Amino acid sequence: MSATTAGLPARHPESQSESYLGDEHSLGSWLFTRDHKRIAILFFASITFFFFIGGAAAALIRLHLVNPYGTLLQPEVYNRMFTMHGIVMVWFFLIPSIPATLGNFLIPLMIGARDLAFPRLNLFSWYLFTLSGFIALYFIFIGGDDTGWTFYEPYSSNFANGHVIAAAVAVFINGFSTIATALNFVVTTHKLRAPGMTWFRLPLFVWAIYATSIVMLLATPVLAMTLALVGIERLWGVGIFNPALGGDPILFQHMFWFYSHPAVYIMVLPAMGVVSELVACFARRPVFGYRGMCYALISIAVIGFFVWGHHMFTAGISLTSAVVFSLMSFIVAVPSAIKVFNWTATLHNARISFDAPMLYALGFVGLFTIGGLTGLVLATLSADIHLQDTYFVVAHFHFIMVGGTVSAYFGGLHYWWSKITGRHYPEMWGRYAAILMFVGFNLTFFPQFILGYLGMPRRYYTYAPDLQTWNVLSSAGASILAAAYLLPLGYLTWSLFFGKRARANPWGATGLEWRTSSPPPAHNFPHTPTVTERPYRYDPRDGSFTTQDGAHFAEPAGLGLGLGAADV
Amino acid sequence: MMHHWLPFWPRNAALSASVIDTINIGEFALVLLILCFVYGMMLVFCVKYRRGSAVPRHETGQKSWVWEIGWTSGTLAAFLVLFVLGAKAYLFLYKPPSRPDLELYVVGKQWMWKVQHPGGQREIDAVHIPVGRLVKIILASQDVIHSFYIPAFRLKHDVVPGQFETFWFEADRTGTYSLECSEFCGVQHAHMIGSVIVMSVADYARWLANQGATESLAQQGFALARRYGCTGCHSASSTVHAPSFDGLYGSVVHLADGRTMAADERYIRDCILIPSTQRVAGYPPVMPSFEGQLSEDDLVRMLAYIKSLSEGRSP
Repeated sequence: MSATTAGLPARHPESQSESYLGDEHSLGSWLFTRDHKRIAILFFASITFFFFIGGAAAALIRLHLVNPYGTLLQPEVYNRMFTMHGIVMVWFFLIPSIPATLGNFLIPLMIGARDLAFPRLNLFSWYLFTLSGFIALYFIFIGGDDTGWTFYEPYSSNFANGHVIAAAVAVFINGFSTIATALNFVVTTHKLRAPGMTWFRLPLFVWAIYATSIVMLLATPVLAMTLALVGIERLWGVGIFNPALGGDPILFQHMFWFYSHPAVYIMVLPAMGVVSELVACFARRPVFGYRGMCYALISIAVIGFFVWGHHMFTAGISLTSAVVFSLMSFIVAVPSAIKVFNWTATLHNARISFDAPMLYALGFVGLFTIGGLTGLVLATLSADIHLQDTYFVVAHFHFIMVGGTVSAYFGGLHYWWSKITGRHYPEMWGRYAAILMFVGFNLTFFPQFILGYLGMPRRYYTYAPDLQTWNVLSSAGASILAAAYLLPLGYLTWSLFFGKRARANPWGATGLEWRTSSPPPAHNFPHTPTVTERPYRYDPRDGSFTTQDGAHFAEPAGLGLGLGAADV
Repeated sequence: MMHHWLPFWPRNAALSASVIDTINIGEFALVLLILCFVYGMMLVFCVKYRRGSAVPRHETGQKSWVWEIGWTSGTLAAFLVLFVLGAKAYLFLYKPPSRPDLELYVVGKQWMWKVQHPGGQREIDAVHIPVGRLVKIILASQDVIHSFYIPAFRLKHDVVPGQFETFWFEADRTGTYSLECSEFCGVQHAHMIGSVIVMSVADYARWLANQGATESLAQQGFALARRYGCTGCHSASSTVHAPSFDGLYGSVVHLADGRTMAADERYIRDCILIPSTQRVAGYPPVMPSFEGQLSEDDLVRMLAYIKSLSEGRSP
């Protein structure tokens, strides 16, 4: 391939007429597709739907908490609302968010493959997800349950009045979808890399999804077992976790967190991958310490399996195990710190443009850093005695999962939007939404650190009146955040019909996914690419770049100016 | 709930609060420092290396491992210091005290806290304690997991059904402080709140005297022990071959399976409810289980009685 004057590879002649979107239009062509790109779109539609359901629950919770006496929702309803918010957001949005949509779409493109290793399994995974989604909707429709997303025993055994079994079945089936997708990614990464795509030439996004998939494969079965045991106990009174039946409630916590702590990394590792791609492209230089970033991802995935006990420091576990789990929690924070430093260092000696994806990526780094540092506070044993189960914890994990993962998800969505849809989103709207999200997020969750330190426990539908100021601030922030989430729904939908058509590589990025047309043809590449370069070969001196298959281009003109305007 | 002049800092009324706050203030300062460093660097780089700036850039690709090893070991060292400080304080705060001045028994149930003083005084959703005294709390739950949380003391401990949990505190300021349940326990979780009333020692004594308690907790436990026939075998004068209650609490027990255990609250509870799991060496396995026959309140009374027979001892 040769460089064009515009710095953009020309469309391959064969791909002129075909794209994965345009080949067929029937409903059947979508519902029975085996194309990873179409399945990614199916997942995208599903999780967007659930994101707004979970978001509606959050909006009601924040609205309710404006008033310390909590008059909007009945206590039963409030408890069901935060349970629904947690279950929907964790299993029906955050866990599939980046892997099942961007991962599904991009992994084969990034490694130069035609599809995932098991296309039918991929489609089956979406059907499992949909089935579990319908059960989740059924569970919400018949009244939900009030155990919290953690299903703590013995409350969920025979004290909860809601539909615990329906919720557990939904999550149980959802887990199989996760496992199927993860298996597919692992095999694909091992077996389908294009010639020359060695492990240390993989983009960090692929590394991140790979590490995530390993965690999914090893942890999710434990969740399935735990929920099955809860169901057996609740339905047939077999004593497993309920002490009244001879069981051990602490055993439940060990099993639940053995899954659910690694699940935190399932949610955040893909986000780290996305951000590495974005920061390198918009800083026009290689990621600082590429190998260190790979090792950090893998260490987080591995060490993340040995920290679950830090959810139980006040539960009466032995002092020795508390000390060990605290130490492991500090150690798992080291690779996360390395990543933050490396992203920051990537901005040095760079050539930075502030397009919407970059704003989301910078927002991620800033918010993830706060989330991580407050995680250190919680890993400190003495501090946790005070802060466990307070709003400090709520704020901490929202900084990681919403400030971090959701920011990165939106960043990735904007970055690859032109690749996925063949259209540009309106750049200025993208930037407004990114900034609004950052502001709204901080206003929502920063006051919750203070509420937590003042001793407001989680899951309280009323609170002491002198805490109202902080709660009102938080709710005000939530309304800004809600607007910021609705904005992209509007302008991204608009762009599907009216956005400017995109070229193959509008950002001037180095990955193989940019070496095919936007949107890509059904089989991704006309010819299997051969990889000769390490990733991120951007030159900060003039913004030029060398793609992974060895073509050198000048910097595209539209960067930093709003692509829709320049890339006509 | 909050400090009178700092709207973001809670009141401090106990030794534990001072211990935890001291570490936290140091940690928050460190966090703030790191945060300023990261945000500062990001800001400086974003301005200096913005696309339009004419600052010279050099070719990238030089080795970066010196920096990486530097900040990896730097953060690790800082983290280890925090870990050690936190763990030391935790061990100090969560280890059961050897000689408490006062022992209170707290039973959590949906949705109230029932507190019993050794003299037999009872209260609901309120805990009266003397200032400057080491108070040991024995926690039990009748239904689901609760968590006994006093923000002004910076202390909480989960209350897990099926076992006794113990912890302690020493209030150093008189006043009324909020008591909360911090583990979700059902519809009225947010109303499982109460107050901790820290009184001067004299006021506390006066308060105890005015409660109209006629029988101490240990006496109530003795009555129960007789009713259930425990004393028939376990008293010192008994002819049946069974371990005596006298001096049991706080002693070291040798079990038939070779283990040795400290006879603490948990041990005594398990002996009553699941005796087959910890048979004492040299005694026949004739002790029946009392599972399901004793309420948490009764267990607490029984425990107080057995403990009263080894005055001054502790595990």
